[in-house]
Amino acid sequence: MKKYTFTDKKDTRSGFGAGIAELGRSNPKVLALCADLVASLKLDTFIKENPERFIQVGIAEANMIGISAGLALSGYIPYATTFANFGSGRVYDQIRQSVAYSGTNVKICVSHAGLTLGEDGATHQILEDLAMMRAMPEMTVINPCDYNQTKAATIAIADYQGPVYLRFGRPVMPIFTADDQKFEIGKAWTVNEGKDVSIFATGHLVWEAILAGEILEQEGIDAEIINIHTIKPLDEQAILQSASKTRCVVTAEEHQLNGGLGDAVCQVLSRNMPTPVEMVGVNNSFGESGVPAQLMEKYGLNAKSIVEKVRKVMARK
Amino acid sequence: MEIQELEDIGAQVRRDIVRQVHSSQSGHPGGSLGCTDIVVALYFSEMRINENRNAEGFLEFNREGVNEDLFFLSNGHISPLFYSVLARRGYFPVSELATFRKINSRLQGHPATHEHLPGIRIASGSLGQGLSVGAGAAYAKKLRKEDRLVYVLMGDGEQQEGQVWEAVQFAPHHKLDNLVAIIDWNGQQIDGPTDKVMNNLDLKAKYQAFGWDTVDLDNGNNMQHVVEALKQAKEKTGKGKPVVILMRTGMGHGVDFMMGTHKWHGAAPNDPQLLAALNQLPETLGDY
Repeated sequence: MKKYTFTDKKDTRSGFGAGIAELGRSNPKVLALCADLVASLKLDTFIKENPERFIQVGIAEANMIGISAGLALSGYIPYATTFANFGSGRVYDQIRQSVAYSGTNVKICVSHAGLTLGEDGATHQILEDLAMMRAMPEMTVINPCDYNQTKAATIAIADYQGPVYLRFGRPVMPIFTADDQKFEIGKAWTVNEGKDVSIFATGHLVWEAILAGEILEQEGIDAEIINIHTIKPLDEQAILQSASKTRCVVTAEEHQLNGGLGDAVCQVLSRNMPTPVEMVGVNNSFGESGVPAQLMEKYGLNAKSIVEKVRKVMARK
Repeated sequence: MEIQELEDIGAQVRRDIVRQVHSSQSGHPGGSLGCTDIVVALYFSEMRINENRNAEGFLEFNREGVNEDLFFLSNGHISPLFYSVLARRGYFPVSELATFRKINSRLQGHPATHEHLPGIRIASGSLGQGLSVGAGAAYAKKLRKEDRLVYVLMGDGEQQEGQVWEAVQFAPHHKLDNLVAIIDWNGQQIDGPTDKVMNNLDLKAKYQAFGWDTVDLDNGNNMQHVVEALKQAKEKTGKGKPVVILMRTGMGHGVDFMMGTHKWHGAAPNDPQLLAALNQLPETLGDY
C-alpha cells in the first residue's frame, strides 16, 4: 500500500476559496456570486481583491442562478456559491432551464454537502444532490477529496466551457494530494494500485478509503483505491480496467445510495462486465445533528464500513 | 419607422402566429396576439441591434450581444410571436415558421438555445426566470460600461412566481437602470381571470415599493401608445432605477373571437376558425 501522510488539515471549502482567489488574479472574466454565505464559502480574499467582480444576491438562490445565466451568456464566467442544499434541490428547475438546457457557462460551487455539515442537521445535509445533478443532461459533476484537489478543480473548471456542479464540504480533512496537481475533469486518479478489490471513492470518503486500505493490508488484502472526483462524465475506462483486474468492487460516497457514485459505477459494470458490488453510502434516510465524525460512524461512512464491505464483496467473488 | 409600417408588420406577425398554431395544432395564440405590438415595436423600431448580415443574408447573431440592446422573453409560451418577429426581422428564413413545434425543428414549443435558433439567448417556458436572466445581462453591460438596454417581457400571471420578486428586489439594489421590464397585464391566465385565480392587486404600487420607476401603457395594442411608452421608458433609464412598463393588453387582440377570454391561452384554431382569423388580418408582407 502506497503510504499517504499529511502534515496539515484543512476544509475543502477553503480549497475553493484559495482557488477562486487565484482566478481573481488570473482570469478577469471570473465573477463570484453568493447568497448571503460569504464567510462559509471562504470568498473573503476574492472579494477583498476584486470587489467589483463580486455580486451579493442576498438570500435568493433562484435569482442567483438566473443572474448567473445572464452573466454567462454575456461572456462572463460566474461562480454561483451557496450551501449544496440551496444550490441543487432548491434551484433544480432554474439550473435545468437557464443553465443546463440553455448551455450557459455557469459554475455552481457549493459547500457544506453531506452529513459532515454536522450540527445544523438534516434540513441542511443534502445527500441527494449528486443524483439530481447526474441526471441532468449537459451537467458536469465534480466532488473533490481534499483541500488541494478542490483548489485545483476550482481553477480547472474556469477553462472548461459549460455548466459545472462543484461540490465540497465543511470539516477539516487531511491534505494528502499534491499542491501542484493538474486537475483533469473526468479523469479518475488511482490512489493505490492493488489486485484484490477495487474501492471507488469520492469526496471525503477517499481519505477513509486510504485508511481502509491500510487496515486491509494488515489482513493481507491488496486494495486498489481510485478517487472518482468527477461523477459525470464518469471515467468508465478506469472503472472497467480496475474491475477487470480485481473482480469485485466497493463504492464509497457521502451521499444516498440511490443515484450517486455507487449507482453510476453499477450501471457501467452491469452494462459491460457484471461484477459483485457493495456500496458505502446513506441508505435511504435523512441525516441528523451531531459532530461530523459521530455522524459518519452512525451512518456507516468511514474506513470501518469500507473494510466490512470489502470482506463482504470479496466473499462474493 | 412610421406607425403605419409597424402596424402592417404587426398584422403579418399576427397572421404568422395564428398559422403556426393552426399548423401544429398546439401553442399559445392568446398572449402572442396580445403582445404583438410591443415586440414588433421593440425589434423594428426601438432596439439597437447588430445590423450586419452573414453570407446568406441573415442578421448576424452573437449571443453575448455586446453593444446591442437585448430582449428576453420570460413568458416563453408566446413563442409563435417571438419566432415570427425574429424571422421577419431577418434572423432566419420565414419559411422555417412552418416547422413550429414539429419534430426536428429549431422552433421548439418554448424558446430554446439548444437547437441554436438565431435570436434566442436563453430558454424560457418554466415561468419566473427571465427577469433574473435579464438582470444578469444588464449587470454584465454595467461591468462592461455599455450604455445599451435590456428588455424583459413577462406575463401578469407570471408575477405569482416567487423568483420574479427576488429579481425585482435585486435590480434596484444593484442600480440596474439599464433594465426595462414589461408586464403583459392582460388579466387572464390558464385557470381564468387573474384576479380570481390569484389576485396581483396593485402591481404598480408593488414595483414602486421595491424601488422601480414605472411607465403606464394603458393600451398596449395601440402602436402609437406603445411607441410612446417605450420612448418614455428609455428616457427614464440611466437615472439609478430599473424601469417597468405596466402594459394593459387584450389577450387575443386582432382576432375577434379570441379576444378578452383566457380560452385561447393555449388552444389552436380549427380550419374554419383559421380562415375567420386570417380574414381579419391583412397579409402585408406575404405569408410564409
